[in-house]
Amino acid sequence: MTYTTPIATGHEGSVRDQFRAYLQRLRGGEMGALPAMLALVVLGILFSSLSPYFLTTGNLANLFVQASALMVIAFALVFVLLLAEIDLSAGVTGGSGMAVFQVLNGNLGWNWIVSLILALGMGAFIGAFIGFFVSRIGVPSFVVTLGLFIALQGFMLLLLGDGGIFRLVQPELKSIMNNNMPIWAGWVMLAIAVFGSLSLSLADRRRRTKVGLPTRPFIMLLLKVGTIAVIGAVIVGLLSVNRGQGLLAVEGVPIVIPIVLLILVVGTFVLDRTLFGRYIYAVGGNPEAARRAGIKVAQIRLYAFIICSSLAVVSGLLQASRIGSIESTAGREIVLSGVAAAVVGGVSLFGGRGRLAYAAIGALVIAMIDNGLGLIGFPAAATFLITGGVLVAAATVDALSRRRSGVALT
Amino acid sequence: MGTTLVELSNVTKSFGPVDVLKGVNFKVEEGKVTALVGDNGAGKSTLIKGLSGVQPYDGGTVSFAGQEVSLRTPRQASSLGIEVVYQDLALCENLDIVQNMFLGREEKHLTLLDEASMEFAAQKALQSLSVRTVKSVRQKVSSLSGGQRQTVAIARSVLRNAKLVILDEPTAALGVAQTEQVLNLVRRLADNGIAVVIISHNLADVFEVADRISVLYLGQMVAHVDAKKTTRDEVVAYITGSKTPEGVA
Ligand SMILES: Nc1ncnc2c1ncn2[C@@H]1O[C@H](COP(=O)(O)OP(=O)(O)OP(=O)(O)O)[C@@H](O)[C@H]1O
Ligand SMILES: [Mg+2]
Repeated sequence: MTYTTPIATGHEGSVRDQFRAYLQRLRGGEMGALPAMLALVVLGILFSSLSPYFLTTGNLANLFVQASALMVIAFALVFVLLLAEIDLSAGVTGGSGMAVFQVLNGNLGWNWIVSLILALGMGAFIGAFIGFFVSRIGVPSFVVTLGLFIALQGFMLLLLGDGGIFRLVQPELKSIMNNNMPIWAGWVMLAIAVFGSLSLSLADRRRRTKVGLPTRPFIMLLLKVGTIAVIGAVIVGLLSVNRGQGLLAVEGVPIVIPIVLLILVVGTFVLDRTLFGRYIYAVGGNPEAARRAGIKVAQIRLYAFIICSSLAVVSGLLQASRIGSIESTAGREIVLSGVAAAVVGGVSLFGGRGRLAYAAIGALVIAMIDNGLGLIGFPAAATFLITGGVLVAAATVDALSRRRSGVALT
Repeated sequence: MGTTLVELSNVTKSFGPVDVLKGVNFKVEEGKVTALVGDNGAGKSTLIKGLSGVQPYDGGTVSFAGQEVSLRTPRQASSLGIEVVYQDLALCENLDIVQNMFLGREEKHLTLLDEASMEFAAQKALQSLSVRTVKSVRQKVSSLSGGQRQTVAIARSVLRNAKLVILDEPTAALGVAQTEQVLNLVRRLADNGIAVVIISHNLADVFEVADRISVLYLGQMVAHVDAKKTTRDEVVAYITGSKTPEGVA
């Protein structure tokens, strides 16, 4: 191969060269979400052969809805996992945000939108609190957030009372997890996604050409956007079929899906294309190098915790919407599943490696295990055992690929 | 003789009662490689830390391009064009070469990261140093060898328009072939007009790459000699203190 420039950029060569380079990266330990995607396929085949109900459109919608709250908390955790930190309090932070919402909206009768914004503010405040202790004082995030995990349960009890359970009455909020968009809206959503992805890829391509850099074969761009379009069309199409069993038609994309997608897209954009996102990866990869490069490491950590806790409240809202109530015991369990989802998806616990999309795929794996085992009538014990096993397997893959990619074990 | 870029006169540094630099004179020329040698604890790293602003000198003067300057913070040093390649390199292994080379000085286009421009500039910087060992500028640093990493760290200083590049033991952890590559790179830096200071304990490397050799002995500069006009034995004698300076204070 001869290039006009002696050093390649990774964009040169035919589709075949590109594919070969991809295989080489895989062998080098950069596997990304590939293991999780394979797990998704294997589990899908397994469960659909064991339960005739698994592949129905009703269950498909169910699976997405089940996974969505988990996805959002996993997205939240990615921001701190990328820094090699952890937030064990993310689940109860979500519960606390909703408790604040209940007091303001339910007890004091404030406007629900204002109450929701203040609930998110509560999340941001908790994040700032964690960030302060971690980045300014130097307390390990494991300890700070474990303390908060306990303390915030007390906070929820204070606000909502012992065994406090309140019905979520706001129809807009209840419908997020329980209602669907009109069928046309699903297709509009897909069109926006495909158009957005196409124009972003084209803009990147134009920019490279303008600067004088080689670009990948155009067919690869079409392939990428085409894959999004086809998979999206299959899912939207299936969700547009009436899946109701009674007289009422149940059809359309669940309202929560565009919400989760929006968080995914905006978050990925921030991580990939802004200075802040770049610095998150840098601090996660080598804090000392980041510091010497002039990056304000403490500030980046602080912001990451604020984002994490704020998104945790969004996840708390989705959980409340799903069960239709705000409870004083909310959010205790989901955080560990959230960590599991991120790690299973390929987000490294050692920091610096991972993407929101990986966490989304990991959340689908965890939700699918739960859903599928439930359908074939496995006891809850089996679900816990298998989910735990999958997590350890994923963490092992993480540690091994880290070793493969040449990082010294300390 | 090249033009003098940096001249230290009578710089001192003490840690409590211990005088580590006892009035050192040191001179660095543009387009030349100056090797700084000396036994363990002679004060080489201390001298360099003063130049990079991380650990200011207690006394003496520093002149840069003929002007007396103050070097009290790393920022002052880097704004003058002084870049240090530390032994531990300070690279982020999870980022690629371009991202590392621009870390902390990213270029932007409409408030977003301008990956294309950075990639182009990184490629140009590596080409200007005739680097051929790196396959792609979008390789992750974790996939690079020690010598390649050293190359990236050195090229980063070129990208930052460094006038003086200081390398602290750049070949200490490298094998024969990789040492050769890095020394070639050091040579090309100087050929591009940059003043280079290289600290090394390996005299073979020093004689291969350096134009001038400065020897520190117990906090004093005991020799500043032309590499072509001296011998290995003479340098060793200065380092061990068995030969004393004539005229160099
Ligand atoms: N921060 C410090 N506090 C006290 N003493 C120091 C400090 N830094 C250096 N020293 C002392 O100064 C002397 C010179 O140290 P320096 O690191 O400059 O030596 P060096 O020539 O770089 O040695 P080496 O070849 O081992 O790297 C040593 O005796 C060391 O103990
Ligand atoms: Mg030293």
